[in-house]
Amino acid sequence: MNHLTEEQLIAFRERLGPENTAIARHLADCDECRAALERLDSVLAVLDSLPVPDPGEDYGRRVWQQIAPRLPEKSARWWQLWMVPRRLAAIGAVAALVVAAFFVGRISNTKGPIGDSAASQAQVRERVLVVAVGQHLGRSEMMLVELSNAEPANPGQKQVNISAEQRRAEDLLEENRLYRQTALQEGDAGLASVLDELERVLLDVAHSPEEVTPAQLESIRHKIEAQGILFKVRVVSKELEQRQDNAKPSPTQNDSTKRERNKI
Amino acid sequence: MNRMPQTVESTPAIADSDALAVERTRAGERDAFRILVERHSQNVFRLAYRMTGNQHDAEEVVQEAFLRAYQKLGQFAARANFGTWVYRIAANYAIDRMRQRQKEEARRQNPGVDKEDGMEQDPLSQVHDPAPTPERLTQSLELRVQMEGALAALSHAERTAFVMRHWEGCGIEEIAEVLKLSSGAAKNTVFRAVQKLRAALEPFVRAGEQAKAIGTES
Repeated sequence: MNHLTEEQLIAFRERLGPENTAIARHLADCDECRAALERLDSVLAVLDSLPVPDPGEDYGRRVWQQIAPRLPEKSARWWQLWMVPRRLAAIGAVAALVVAAFFVGRISNTKGPIGDSAASQAQVRERVLVVAVGQHLGRSEMMLVELSNAEPANPGQKQVNISAEQRRAEDLLEENRLYRQTALQEGDAGLASVLDELERVLLDVAHSPEEVTPAQLESIRHKIEAQGILFKVRVVSKELEQRQDNAKPSPTQNDSTKRERNKI
Repeated sequence: MNRMPQTVESTPAIADSDALAVERTRAGERDAFRILVERHSQNVFRLAYRMTGNQHDAEEVVQEAFLRAYQKLGQFAARANFGTWVYRIAANYAIDRMRQRQKEEARRQNPGVDKEDGMEQDPLSQVHDPAPTPERLTQSLELRVQMEGALAALSHAERTAFVMRHWEGCGIEEIAEVLKLSSGAAKNTVFRAVQKLRAALEPFVRAGEQAKAIGTES
């Protein structure tokens, strides 16, 4: 019987060759070759014990901190900015909003005098935006409250899984950007400012690891509390609700509400 | 044994999420790249450490790999796996770093004479003590020095091929691409690496086993 060559043994061990079944059959019958394979195994097993230093749980974050200042700015074409799938979904939501505003505007036009048409359409547009932003803030508030109350699944567990909140933060982030831009275009600086602060918190949550230690979670909670974002979101949501309740708010009332919010 | 690329590739959720982060980065959102860096740094570090053999160089390889990946993101095929791609970039840069280190070392030891790249070395010449006593071999630190010596004695291509195949579970095609060799040549490089490691370490491993056996008997 021909014994296996060293090359065949290495090929078998590292799964490099096509003839592994034949080699396995030979090994089953040949003590000498099996012993040779065991010797090779023991060398490779010793090599496997060579340690690799643990760079630490936050290594990825440290790498980012080191390379971020060295990354060149990427200039994207305007259409590329809108082609990100998640952003497309948010665009869809805002497009639906515009269509709704258009139809509500048409209905209200048929009831009111022709001279008031422009003012009425502007009010309707604002009302639709108010409803959409109100819902967005409600969802954001719920996510932040859930995150603030997150705890390990089992008392013995050292990590807290916040992947669900993270995914929701990613979705909310895209919507938030579009509402902030719309609020700016509408001249609602107060709303835009609160949405801007909310965006930073959402960004932090979206970029957190999926599993965090209690200390990391505490730091996220601290950031949320320090910025008072939950309070601001609640105040703005309340105001938006009031604006919704006023069926036909006068332009002066609207302006004063915006001015009040700008003080937050 | 760690087989990194399989675990990364076999997780569709991570691959999808990577693809999204790549798209966002391409669209100009620099922060989206952070997700990729934070997700893949540990794996790239492990590869880089095994290839370079020291933490400082490994950390430099990790940073450079991500910087290069960011710059070359336009060349990244949308259907490809980001983890595997950045891994390849890191392996290529680690080879460059090892060559650079070797030149620096050669210059320091023998000023004016540059060692040729890829020159084969006798692995045994790099092993620190050719005949240590069994007592010394029982010390894991001593064996570790021997292993590091044997790995350092491999050529850059051999070390890369061994690390990528044996420890990281990469396919021969992937190794061939990094080494810019044919599949057959890449396979032969793995063979040579294992043969050399075996030749360099088997006497010490056997001596260690004998010492252990004597220790158990007495």
